[in-house]
Amino acid sequence: MSQAFTKAMARNIFYGGSVFFFLLFLALTFDTHNAWPDRDNHAALNDSVAHGKALWEENNCVGCHSLLGEGAYFAPELGNAFQRLGGKDGIKGFIMSRPKDGIPGRRSMPQFNFSPEELDAIADFLEYVSGINTANWPPNIQG
Amino acid sequence: MQYKSQAVAKPYFIAAIGLFVGQILFGLVLGLQYVMGDFMFPEIPFNVARMVHTNLLIVWLLFGFMGAAYYLVPEEAERELQSPGLALLMFWVFLVAGALTILGYLLVPYSGLAELTRNELLPTMGREFLEQPTITKLGIVVVALAFLFNIGMTILKGRKTVVSLVLLIGLVGLAVFFLFSFYNPDNLVKDKYYWWWVVHLWVEGVWELILGSILAFVLIKTTGVDREVIEKWLYVIIAMTLITGIIGTGHHFYWIGAPEYWQWWGSIFSALEPIPFFMMTVFAFNMVNRRRRNHPNKAAILWALGTAVMAFLGAGVWGFLHTLSPVNYYTHGTQITAAHGHMAFYGAYVMIVLTMISYAMPMLRGREAANSNRSQVLEMWSFWLMTVSIVFITLFLTGAGILQVYLQRFSADPLPFMVVQDKIALFYWMREIAGLVFLIGLLTYVASFFVGAREPEATTAVAEKASA
Ligand code: HEM
Ligand code: HEM
Ligand SMILES: [Fe+2]
Repeated sequence: MSQAFTKAMARNIFYGGSVFFFLLFLALTFDTHNAWPDRDNHAALNDSVAHGKALWEENNCVGCHSLLGEGAYFAPELGNAFQRLGGKDGIKGFIMSRPKDGIPGRRSMPQFNFSPEELDAIADFLEYVSGINTANWPPNIQG
Repeated sequence: MQYKSQAVAKPYFIAAIGLFVGQILFGLVLGLQYVMGDFMFPEIPFNVARMVHTNLLIVWLLFGFMGAAYYLVPEEAERELQSPGLALLMFWVFLVAGALTILGYLLVPYSGLAELTRNELLPTMGREFLEQPTITKLGIVVVALAFLFNIGMTILKGRKTVVSLVLLIGLVGLAVFFLFSFYNPDNLVKDKYYWWWVVHLWVEGVWELILGSILAFVLIKTTGVDREVIEKWLYVIIAMTLITGIIGTGHHFYWIGAPEYWQWWGSIFSALEPIPFFMMTVFAFNMVNRRRRNHPNKAAILWALGTAVMAFLGAGVWGFLHTLSPVNYYTHGTQITAAHGHMAFYGAYVMIVLTMISYAMPMLRGREAANSNRSQVLEMWSFWLMTVSIVFITLFLTGAGILQVYLQRFSADPLPFMVVQDKIALFYWMREIAGLVFLIGLLTYVASFFVGAREPEATTAVAEKASA
């Protein structure tokens, strides 16, 4: 690097640039918070959805599935499962019917033995997720 | 070794390598489960093996960073570590906490582990990479604080160099952004938004500062190039990192319910993120070409150059590949993501830790500057075996990803996820074979610590003949 460009200049660009862009990031985050009420489907949030989210986490569903495209890539995307499986009953039916020992030779989902109330909460959670405005992602129903 | 207390780095490095082996074994389990779905089911389902694979990765990289700091800081500060005893204590705390957590994943169903550790009191579990029980997360915070105190005091009381300062900023940032792992609202959109403050601001932010400073340190030591020159480069590189990388976080906000202007901010700034990685490559090769001496540890220099190249390929090139929002719309959450994740983590963070271990371990084991020639040759074999196999893993996953995107998301008649997975199984088989070669490379790496251990050190003259 040229001599005219000194270490002190480089240091100042580092500190100045980092602080500036971090503040810009905070400002954009602030604006994002203001924009969320129109996009994040928070109207659907209730105790059952919160319980469903807790079950989603405590069973590590994201260790196989993706949700809004994030997570693992071993099993189907579930952000639009509500649409793909045909509503809450479709979701519950699928989860309930998983064989305990899996399907020989194939990827299988465990049987979690959820109570009816828990199944309902999970389905409510996935219904809530399906209502988030994701800018039209995924491209089609297959996720 | 110039300072006695640098010796605490050694257990950290040994633990890192041990956990690395575990990580790869579970990677192979995952790879097999991709093509033989019932492998180990239901005893070790895919999600459990995946947690073990990714959490071991993070934990061993943290061991590596801490070991690197304990080795590097005394030498830079020109004084002994504030408290070697605290460093050793924290080593055991971290190792035991880590081991218990991994055993918890393997021995108890995850929901049982959540219950056992009272996750409901402060729910933080069950999110990708942050699966650790809340109590483990708190333990990580304690270890991090003790570690920062130890390192910080040493730097504060000693010589302050740019290398140690940048390292410290990176490590403080690592700890600070980890705190966002305790924020887990019911609102999934907010949960996801701040989850990225841990994950993205780590790997494309503060960790790059750690990477840069370790690389700078090893280059100063092995090339003898003037510190002033190296430090100027370091500042420019990390400036570009944060200028592009902070707003670049936006490339994760396209489809999770955040406003759509993030498609512009995220695409533009993250498209610039390869710049600091490219500069690192130019930097490393420049310094080695301008070297004032020939260091006898050829293996360490190979790792340093390898890091610079592979970090650029994995993070820079494979990151750029899918970072523009119109592309990401189709590739988001596919095997393309996995391909990039593997080469970026390996090229940047695995390799920088192995660079530091390669440089420091000979001294930690009582050598003057380098291992014997035989040991170095084996180490360089392991370099090539692991690096070439990660390239192939990446290429096979990229192939799988392109087909997946086409069949599932792009073609006129999109197919269901599981149908597509069956169609691209051949690529997963090839990935698994490349993974086996990776394991061979890793075992070769471990062997290099034992082979030639009693032979005399490589000297510059001999090393030069060998490379001529
Ligand atoms: C023997 C070699 C390896 C094999 C067979 C392997 C296999 C896998 C598999 C199957 C997954 C899960 C993908 C999914 O969610 O569907 C995964 C995830 C992951 N692995 Fe590996 N792995 C190997 C080596 C490595 C290495 C060396 C690293 C680090 C440098 C690594 C880092 C990761 C990361 C970061 C993830 C999460 C990726 C993401 O979320 O996109 N793996 N691995
Ligand atoms: C060493 C640095 C980097 C590492 C270790 C890394 C690692 C990763 C990992 C593990 C993921 C998957 C996260 C998940 O599981 O959801 C990911 C996602 C992503 N990375 Fe990186 N990355 C790095 C740098 C970069 C850079 C420089 C770019 C852009 C130029 C980039 C672009 C992306 C994008 C766009 C995604 C989202 C993929 C998706 O939509 O599914 N990364 N990265
Ligand atoms: Fe990112």
